[in-house]
Amino acid sequence: MNKIFTSQQGTELDPQLLKNILEEHIQHSAIEKWDMGASLSRDVSVQVQQGNAKQLKGSQRNSMTIRVWNKKNQVGITSTSDLTSEGIKKALSGAIEASVFGNENESPEFSPLAKTELKYIKQKVSKSHTIDHLLNILKKSEKQLIDTHKSIKSVPYNGLNESYMERIYINSDGANRHMKLTQSSIYLYAKAEEENKKPRSAGGIRINSNLEELDIDSCINETSEKLISHLNYKSIETNKYLICFTPDAFLQLISAFSSMFNARSIIDGLSLMNEESIGEQISVSNLNISDEGLHPENVGAFSFDGEGTPTQNINLVTDGILSNLIHSEATARKFGVKPTGHAGLGAKVSVSPDWLVVSKSQNKLDKDESLSIKNTLKEYVLIDELSALHSGVKASQGSFSLPFDGWIVNDGKKTSIEAATIAGDILKVLKSIVKIENEEIVTHQGISPHVWVENMSITGEA
Amino acid sequence: MTNSLLSKQSENLLFHTFDATLKPQIEELLSIGKAAGADLVEIFLEKSDNLSLLAEQEDISNVSPSFGIGAGIRVFLGKKDGFVSTNDLSKAGLLYALNQALGMLGLVSGSINNFRFAGLANLKDYGSKKNNWLTHSPGLDELTIKLIDATNTLSAKNKNLQVRRASYSRNWQEVLVAASDGVFARDIRLHQTVGMNVIAQKDKSRSTSARRYGSSSNPDDLRNWNIGESADEINESAQKMLYADYVDAGQMPVVLANKFGGVIFHEACGHLLETTQLERGTSPFHDSINKPIAHKAVSAVDEGLSNHAFGSLSMDDEGMEPQNTLLIENGILKRFLSDRAGCLRTGHPRTGSGRRQNFSFAAASRMRNTYIKQGNYTPEELIKSVDNGLYCKSMGGGSVGPTGQFNFSVDEGYLIKNGKLDQPVKGATLIGEAKEILPRISMCANDLDLAAGFCGSVSGSINVTVGQPHIKVDSITVGGR
Repeated sequence: MNKIFTSQQGTELDPQLLKNILEEHIQHSAIEKWDMGASLSRDVSVQVQQGNAKQLKGSQRNSMTIRVWNKKNQVGITSTSDLTSEGIKKALSGAIEASVFGNENESPEFSPLAKTELKYIKQKVSKSHTIDHLLNILKKSEKQLIDTHKSIKSVPYNGLNESYMERIYINSDGANRHMKLTQSSIYLYAKAEEENKKPRSAGGIRINSNLEELDIDSCINETSEKLISHLNYKSIETNKYLICFTPDAFLQLISAFSSMFNARSIIDGLSLMNEESIGEQISVSNLNISDEGLHPENVGAFSFDGEGTPTQNINLVTDGILSNLIHSEATARKFGVKPTGHAGLGAKVSVSPDWLVVSKSQNKLDKDESLSIKNTLKEYVLIDELSALHSGVKASQGSFSLPFDGWIVNDGKKTSIEAATIAGDILKVLKSIVKIENEEIVTHQGISPHVWVENMSITGEA
Repeated sequence: MTNSLLSKQSENLLFHTFDATLKPQIEELLSIGKAAGADLVEIFLEKSDNLSLLAEQEDISNVSPSFGIGAGIRVFLGKKDGFVSTNDLSKAGLLYALNQALGMLGLVSGSINNFRFAGLANLKDYGSKKNNWLTHSPGLDELTIKLIDATNTLSAKNKNLQVRRASYSRNWQEVLVAASDGVFARDIRLHQTVGMNVIAQKDKSRSTSARRYGSSSNPDDLRNWNIGESADEINESAQKMLYADYVDAGQMPVVLANKFGGVIFHEACGHLLETTQLERGTSPFHDSINKPIAHKAVSAVDEGLSNHAFGSLSMDDEGMEPQNTLLIENGILKRFLSDRAGCLRTGHPRTGSGRRQNFSFAAASRMRNTYIKQGNYTPEELIKSVDNGLYCKSMGGGSVGPTGQFNFSVDEGYLIKNGKLDQPVKGATLIGEAKEILPRISMCANDLDLAAGFCGSVSGSINVTVGQPHIKVDSITVGGR
């Protein structure tokens, strides 16, 4: 028998069946300790071009990662997308073979929290829609966006997507986690052209747990407003400037340097922080940063991580002081704390943040209370979106040099910047914050207010 | 027993092969698609066997094997297409995927019957001499010894290296492409990379350096790796950058080193010559065939043929043999890179450039081995021609925006003063627009060399080669402090 234990419309992962198959194969080996993570996803997405369907995509995918401990407590893993009995058997063999090369001094263990009660997350599983329905919505959105301004000629990058996801975690100690959710997203990236000017572009993205609540109109309006504001552009002189980061841009920057809060990176020597950094003042004293996977606005939240540890909200920076790190089981054991629910699944387990929330500590003052995105008249640069984070950030050194989309603002009047980069050092940025605004804005990648930083280097095009 | 299209059941899926015995089952699926009214139906089957290892300091810290199976089914109707991918290679799973793809285009299987499907051609098996590649690749014993040797060699070179990492990655892929125009082809691909990266630290100064080497179609590649030479190169770079000052921002001439310096051409021009960009209306070169787009010193090609180069192919992911495609000749644009959909939608003939990361992506026109041809100058002559500028010895990654603006980071840079290399500098980013920068590449040296890399775009992350000789750009914006 070679039945596939997933896929096709309506089919779901069956944790008990997968466990039974794995145990059936394991009983023929010398393995007594094991765990397994599996996932299933189904996606449908549409793209349009000038009112016509361009590409329509669907996928049904599943995968499983098996991790075993051999008699010497060495750990081996193998992943497979072949969830037939034969595929699972082969993956198990691969994991056993890999375990011979596991580092017995650094073996991960089961999370001590893998069987504790999960925090309540409303599992949002909404019904899916037909391709025609998605196409009609996207065609209408494209037209609506193009119609907002005569210079907007096309929306070269666009997509409307619906997806269904499941994740399970099971171990030989009796842990058994299972969660499913749905997501719907739209992105619109439009291009505008005017005579004797360079083409300009801008985009927006929205994500929700279901199509009905996806705020498409605000995505259209945001994209259009941004793009129109970029039509009149000028170059910027290379100099030091007062900067205001939009919530999106500030979250991009903090995410790019999240190895500062990552215990795995610290242990590996890849972080700006070290094992003694907890308790250090790393920013101005009115900055708070937390990771809040359980935040109700985080529509992609899973209630447990790759090791089965419940997702948790963790304060990372409190009043400017590094207060906690995000952990896997292994890093938590090394630091003498509990896992925080940020782990993947592996022989060497990765750690990553879920949903960063930046806020202002209410009992501390800003250096410059007068600054405000709504009424500041002095000259500043408003940075809306950073680019090329994969190549322009040296996370282990703290430096960055990044192209950005933004405006130079004078007397409250915004003029788009033609092309420029911003460069700096993240620790200097965190200590040069002069104002954190009160209003916290929800974005697709987290929550943040506008954040003002003084004296940052910008290179314009000469 | 099973209704799987995998005809040979065995304990180990590695020993299944996609072969001509699958022809009747695939023809049945293609017939169903054609009968429903599709203009063309394409089926892409894939099995993969991947392995990655990481050594950190004195230990192997990660060994990660992974296996995969999957199919991508694409249906064309007019200029539209529907694409569905699935892990389920059973007959029922493939039928479900086909019906879903047909349904996306408003087609229903069994609804039209007046068609003629001539059937598939005989299998063109590019993989027939490659069946032993996987077993001839290094095993875990050999790999772990080699990687530990690499980190130990780095340690011996320099005690200031706080982090020493060596990594290996093997991607083995068996693919079968069948389409209702008769295409029926199989191939086996093997790509291997080794990488080293270090963090050097002294007092409060820190620097990083990384190199990656990659090849295709060469099971012995790792065995021929000169660890000492790589360790010297990476260590020297990390040491020189340890005390480097930040570069001053400004507009200046730059000399870009050969090999990975070619990323500028890849990002600034190569992507804009893919029909994928023409389809979106985002290439500034859409109407520039046979017109000058670059300095006359620039001739450039994209090909899939260089022996063992990372972007070489026996066939593309649509079953077509790769070509040597002359993109630019003496500054004149000659050709775009085109795939099946690109040909259909833009009229540019296919160039064997239909590529995808795996079964879950529809193929798109993508680069293979892309490089600027060499000129007649020596690298020293290029540097001598610059009074005040920047020498970019080692490039980081980069990207190109939807309207042609590009950027990429300089990992190892040196000031050029009065025609000579001067102090090392860090933090530089080169930014510009393709249309403006290509005419400013005024000198090409005689030392063309290639470097392996990964390129992420619409059809996923694929193996490519970038390359160039040393080149001089007369003026470009350098972002710094």
